[in-house]
Amino acid sequence: MAAPDAPTADRSHGDPLEMPALCPGAMAASKPYPASPAMQTALGFPGQLVEDWHDKAIARLGELVNGSRALRVYLDSCVKCGACTDKCHYFLGTGDPKNMPVARQDLLRKVYRRHFTLAGRYVPWLVGAEDLTEAVLADWVSYFHQCSQCRRCSVFCPFGIDTAEISMAARDILDTIGLGQKYSNEIIGKVFKIGNNLGLPPKALKNTLESLEDDIEEDTGVRVELPLNREGADILLVTPSADFFASPHMEGLIGYAKVLHEAGVSWTFSSYASEAANFGMFIGSTDTMQKVALRIRKAAEDLKVKRLVFGECGHAWRVAYNFLNTLAGPLDFLDPAYPIPQHICEFTLDLIERGKLRLDKSKNDAIRLTFHDSCNVARASRMGDEPGGQFEIPRAVLRAVCNHYFDMAPETTREATLCCGGGGGLLTDELMDLRLKGAQPRMRALREVADEHGVTHMAAICAICKAQFSKVLPKYGFDMEGIVSVHQMVSNAIVLTGSKQAEELDAAHGVASTAS
Amino acid sequence: MATVVYAALFYLATVAFVGGLAVRIAQFARTPTPLRIPTTPAPTTRTGAGLRVASEVVLFQSLFKSNKWIWLFGWIFHVTLALVLVRHLRYFLQPVPTAVALVQPYGLLFGLVMTGALVALLSRRFLVPRVRYISQVSDYLLLGLLLLIALSGLTLNAVARTDIVATKAFCLGLMRFDLQPLPTDSALLVHLMLVAALMIVFPFSRLLHAPGVFFSPTRNQADNAREKRHAPPARLEAVVKRA
Ligand code: SF4
Ligand code: SF4
Ligand code: SF4
Repeated sequence: MAAPDAPTADRSHGDPLEMPALCPGAMAASKPYPASPAMQTALGFPGQLVEDWHDKAIARLGELVNGSRALRVYLDSCVKCGACTDKCHYFLGTGDPKNMPVARQDLLRKVYRRHFTLAGRYVPWLVGAEDLTEAVLADWVSYFHQCSQCRRCSVFCPFGIDTAEISMAARDILDTIGLGQKYSNEIIGKVFKIGNNLGLPPKALKNTLESLEDDIEEDTGVRVELPLNREGADILLVTPSADFFASPHMEGLIGYAKVLHEAGVSWTFSSYASEAANFGMFIGSTDTMQKVALRIRKAAEDLKVKRLVFGECGHAWRVAYNFLNTLAGPLDFLDPAYPIPQHICEFTLDLIERGKLRLDKSKNDAIRLTFHDSCNVARASRMGDEPGGQFEIPRAVLRAVCNHYFDMAPETTREATLCCGGGGGLLTDELMDLRLKGAQPRMRALREVADEHGVTHMAAICAICKAQFSKVLPKYGFDMEGIVSVHQMVSNAIVLTGSKQAEELDAAHGVASTAS
Repeated sequence: MATVVYAALFYLATVAFVGGLAVRIAQFARTPTPLRIPTTPAPTTRTGAGLRVASEVVLFQSLFKSNKWIWLFGWIFHVTLALVLVRHLRYFLQPVPTAVALVQPYGLLFGLVMTGALVALLSRRFLVPRVRYISQVSDYLLLGLLLLIALSGLTLNAVARTDIVATKAFCLGLMRFDLQPLPTDSALLVHLMLVAALMIVFPFSRLLHAPGVFFSPTRNQADNAREKRHAPPARLEAVVKRA
């Protein structure tokens, strides 16, 4: 059977979860660029493949298994029931059997069995145990970088086996023996050196924020501040650095600023922690993740803020929500009256519900919208007080700011959401083929609502999702600008007190403007 | 002769089963959980998380979401297996408790249904290419072993009945270290041999999923990271302290 062709407009139609035929080896050639020696050593890893890589790898695997119950239980407990085999978007998009979650786990499990289990030591052929050969190592580099750590498989496994945990462990081992991935390690290096993933220095950041202030003023007539390093502000806002930089992220950032302005709170960005994302998670290194997380704590302490709010970023929110308190806490110097940390969507919805925001939904009338549940928000964190708040809160915000909202098929949203195809450290050009194919299920789900309800735009709350969709939407016959930030929608609809828009609206309603 | 061999075999199997499982469970329990990783949406309390695990154990909730066929066969197999095991308690308990007596008349039915489910699970392994791809020799062998145990048990139940009173005396004797003669029907000897084999391989195979399901952090952790700090391992905590 032939490998599925590269995505075309034709591949964008059909059942999002359609089962592909098995195409062994179809994606064996997909590999990330290796990290340079300088990138490796900056993170404390060996510069290149170490001589005794085999023994080092096995030793590291042993350490990891002893240090993580999840890893140990998951390597020991899989019964090969097959329930997860059709749950990974990379399998659905490529048909490569090694992209079935259990088969991906087996790449590590077979080596674990060989070295750490009785059966694997004495009767390897019986239990599928294998030595760590160069071929196996090549498979690790290839297929553990075809997992976006989206956890969709974990939802459907009877034991909750989370392939993301296994991919993280495998990447940790690869780093330990000198085979790091360029994309993630280079970016982490930039965070350590400059403070954000994009390597945007404080000066450039300051300029960017000022020019955004000008833009907003020109647009609305209101000077909305985007403060940087303001000591003593109430709130430290931490966002993915893409928000300072590219579309549609920036429009989202403008949305946060307008909301915070209308809320009347004092807030600030930090140049030291000008990055919400934490790529330490992607490479499975808890130590690196902790170093990055501690920057946020330090910024919060230095700026003497009382609250911590995070912008739209999937993996960042997972780390913030679930890990920050553990890795950099207790954050008991913050005000316990507010969630620590709080998601910007929680912040905004609270204002909306209390009637503090004036919203003109009609400003979004040209848009027929759907929502992509970013997987790390959906399956690895929460918003609000109730389980599932991470699904309802962003939708409630969107429904409050636009008139035409439609959900995609239930088997592709909420806890069953399909990854964008670019998460988990895969958002790099050399993996574009994989990214396109991995996006196929989501693109088909989008196509369904586009055909059925005339949906024109999809909102997301993750910087990686947004960047990935900007790239893949055109390949599936959609407009590149069809991907929007949730707070971009808020920004469109929000009517700032004293703004031109407020005047117009008041005039239209025949009410005397309060501003004049 | 058979009596001594089988008695020795069962003592060995019990030691391997209980000892092996105890070691593996202790290993699971001792291994730290550095981070909070429940698959969300998840219950926000520990009681809720306990209920979530219970619904996985009793109803196979995630599997139900995942694939109705695997769920059906898998669930039926486990339930009938449990019922058959309860029924077998009558060989070890005197007097026989009511619950055990209650399932007594349905042994044949349970056995047949269980065998059907096992055949279905084994066929899936052969017939579905995705499942065949991920199956190892041991996966077929374990299912084969269970199937043979079921078939020999059915034979004992319906075709070649053995001396049940003597069998029970043997079992009770084993527990009291007072050996009683074991009937030597071949079906019984095969049945017991295979059961002992299953007990021995249990802790060393993927049958470890039985304790594993209780230790899975994505299922048994409560989703309360913001409310309650999940303390990290000492190594990471030391770094925070220094910071
Ligand atoms: S669903 Fe879970 S137990 Fe079943 S094959 Fe996949 S990882 Fe293994
Ligand atoms: S975590 Fe996501 S990408 Fe990785 S194997 Fe599971 S479904 Fe696939
Ligand atoms: S980038 Fe978005 S969709 Fe993709 S894995 Fe991350 S959160 Fe999920």
